[in-house]
Amino acid sequence: MNDYLLLFIGAVVVNNFVLTRFLGLCIFFGVSKSLNASVGMGMAVTAVIFISSTFAYGVYNFILVPLHVTFLTTIVFVLLIASFVQLLEMVIRKYVPALYKMWGIYLLLIATNCVVLAVPLINIESNFSFGKSLVNALGSGVGFALAITLMASLREKLRLADVPKPLEGLGIAFIVAGFLSLSFFGFSGMIK
Amino acid sequence: MFGVWKIFSKGLIIENPIFVLALSLCPALAVTTTVVNALTMGLSVMFVLSVNNVVVSLTRKLVNHKVRVPIYITSIATIVTLVQLLLQAFAPLLYKDLGIYLALIVVFAIILARAEVYASKNSVIPSFFDGFGMGCGFTLAMLIVGTLRELIGNGSILGIDVLGHAYQPALIMILPPGAFLLIGYLIGAFKILNEYLEKRQKARGVAV
Repeated sequence: MNDYLLLFIGAVVVNNFVLTRFLGLCIFFGVSKSLNASVGMGMAVTAVIFISSTFAYGVYNFILVPLHVTFLTTIVFVLLIASFVQLLEMVIRKYVPALYKMWGIYLLLIATNCVVLAVPLINIESNFSFGKSLVNALGSGVGFALAITLMASLREKLRLADVPKPLEGLGIAFIVAGFLSLSFFGFSGMIK
Repeated sequence: MFGVWKIFSKGLIIENPIFVLALSLCPALAVTTTVVNALTMGLSVMFVLSVNNVVVSLTRKLVNHKVRVPIYITSIATIVTLVQLLLQAFAPLLYKDLGIYLALIVVFAIILARAEVYASKNSVIPSFFDGFGMGCGFTLAMLIVGTLRELIGNGSILGIDVLGHAYQPALIMILPPGAFLLIGYLIGAFKILNEYLEKRQKARGVAV
């Protein structure tokens, strides 16, 4: 149990995907302009990472390994995730239109995104069991949501700040992310 | 000839993938702790980008518009796997250093974006140069970031000590926060540079 808890906390704060591993930056900077969108995006990413990690585990262990074609992992995972996200989008649009209105646009953005692809790949690289894969996926998703929400709140404040002209927009966003990353660095060493 | 140069050169500064378009940032921050890693990553991306543009451009009349994105992704993933296998065979240490980020080239927005925006509408040669130019711009950006980070964070370039022993390495540059800060300032610098270039062009236009 302890193992799982450590893995979860590790994935959320210590090895935060955005701020220490630099994954999902496109969405992180693109969406964090508004707080509402960021919360929605965080939830959508968490859900997609969780479900695609489950699928990826199955496909890798029951199809790729027995057939000795593990070198195809990258191709198979990309297609798997892209098609799964597309399917999810269709199903949600048909059956839960309200949810689609909230998440629809984000789902398409997520379809080919590095966080979503990276988590299953990392799970496999580190030889995680099924349970651990799921915990790691959940933790990574929550970590992403945490980072993007924090960032969005900071950027809303930033709008009122007097920023040097060349740094306006993306430049200052990166610098703010740098300080955010610095504060997350305080957690390192908490878990080996 | 001038046309080709124009297609090629826009990727370098005016539409630099990292500093101006702000696409595919993940690798730029993650693997630029040393110059060698940054260069390998840059060259890999350049290769994938050029080859994929050629493939997409060659097949642009065969591919049904509705299924184009999955086909582009398959093509990119195939080329990336090729690069992965090559590096694993010939430079296993580098392969280990780049780790997961090499596989993640598949989902770089810049590659899909160039396929969609440019290669799917233009013939083979301009497409190749578009990909090549964008790849060069990417490599250039990676080199700048990599050199600065290694120099400030470790006092060396390509593993050779340049700043001497008196220099106290600023460890933060090697760590993740330093990457964010540096890219932030570089984006600002590129903005100033682009504005300057625009102004000069305008001044020239008036003179002519």
